[in-house]
Amino acid sequence: MTTDQAVPAQLAEIIDDFQELDEPERLQLLLEFSRNLPALPARLIDHPDLMEQVVECQTPLFLTVEVAPGGGEVQLFFAAPEEAPTTRGFAAVLHEGLDGLDADTILSVPDDMPDRLGLSRAITPLRMRGMSAMLGRIKRKIREAPQSV
Amino acid sequence: MPMAVDSSSKFSEYAHPERIVSAQWLEERLGSDDLVVVESDEDILLYEVGHIPGSVKVDWHTDLNDPVSRDYINGEQFAALMSAKGISRDTTVVIYGDKSNWWAAYALWVFTLFGHEDVRLLDGGRDKWIAEKRPFTTEKPTPESTDYPVCERRDEEIRAFLPDVLNHFGKPLIDVRSPQEYSGERTTMPSYPEEGALRGGHIPSAASVPWGRAAAEDGTFRSRTELDAIYREEAGLKDDDDVVAYCRIGERSSHTWFVLKHLLGFENVRNYDGSWTEWGNAVRVPIVRGEERGEAPKGYGRQ
Repeated sequence: MTTDQAVPAQLAEIIDDFQELDEPERLQLLLEFSRNLPALPARLIDHPDLMEQVVECQTPLFLTVEVAPGGGEVQLFFAAPEEAPTTRGFAAVLHEGLDGLDADTILSVPDDMPDRLGLSRAITPLRMRGMSAMLGRIKRKIREAPQSV
Repeated sequence: MPMAVDSSSKFSEYAHPERIVSAQWLEERLGSDDLVVVESDEDILLYEVGHIPGSVKVDWHTDLNDPVSRDYINGEQFAALMSAKGISRDTTVVIYGDKSNWWAAYALWVFTLFGHEDVRLLDGGRDKWIAEKRPFTTEKPTPESTDYPVCERRDEEIRAFLPDVLNHFGKPLIDVRSPQEYSGERTTMPSYPEEGALRGGHIPSAASVPWGRAAAEDGTFRSRTELDAIYREEAGLKDDDDVVAYCRIGERSSHTWFVLKHLLGFENVRNYDGSWTEWGNAVRVPIVRGEERGEAPKGYGRQ
């Protein structure tokens, strides 16, 4: 079990799901996540200018982070092409694990969280960097979000 | 027994038409005993999303690279990999992949290091196959293991190391990276992660011919005439030239290696797989910044 208090329950559960599997099955689970990445709401599809590209990922990934006033609930939106299942999988894990949490909770997620999925050997550390970059970008966007006191 | 050469008229213009097949040729032969189709992509999960029926996956990173040393797998590891994929020494292997066969060409180059005789690329790769709505499946084959012999990797002919490049000054070098990487503005492709090259620029005297220029919009290779115009007229390559191509880690330059070696028929072409992630970090090697090629420097290697 994941006992680190800084990992929110909904994310810890995903990490446990990955850890319980053998390596090849972890890849299958990531593929399932990639299939379940939620589609963008119409307001963002119509306004791609509101999405920001995470250039550290090998394939184009677009991200929008919305923070409720006062550092409240955070909503995450991702878009990545169907031909990039690994990137979509990473995005879907972060979406399911972090969406709807409050800003401070997400900011305290350990930066090495992607390594805890146990995918580094199957996917290679090089590719895992894409996921670390996504997490880093989410945190940065939250810090940059306008704070109303 | 090697399978028939695809006699498409486009391919007959190439120096080695036996190295390339069309989607139609492949579809007609799917399921043949003498054939194994290999998918090789940048994204490690793309094969799982769907692939050509009966094809097996070879991942450039987890299957072909040594996990410890920065090198390729050895003869024993390659034999084990081939056996697991159901490939015999005399199997016709057709490789295809995403991004205009960029990674497929890389896999083909590694197969060539082990002297696998009959290895070909699918013109247009994965995207064109899908666009033409040809058969596609998520079902994975369960190949019978084979008795693939252990063949030592032979690097000399088609692989260049850093000292070889220092010895090469005065002969043609092709830099296949993006213009921004060539000039030194960036050390990786636009929109790709920085992979830690300390210096930006290019190897002095290298001609800039971004790899993707060899591919048409639909990912197929350009015609012989178009390729001659790019590499002979524009970049200045001549018959009998001894050529070294490089990029960032050797994958994009595998694509150019394939074009020069098999489509245009240059006999002596080597891929410098250390490429910019080695050169841009090496101590006291010469570098040129900016758009000019620069002169071949004196005093290096055996000059």
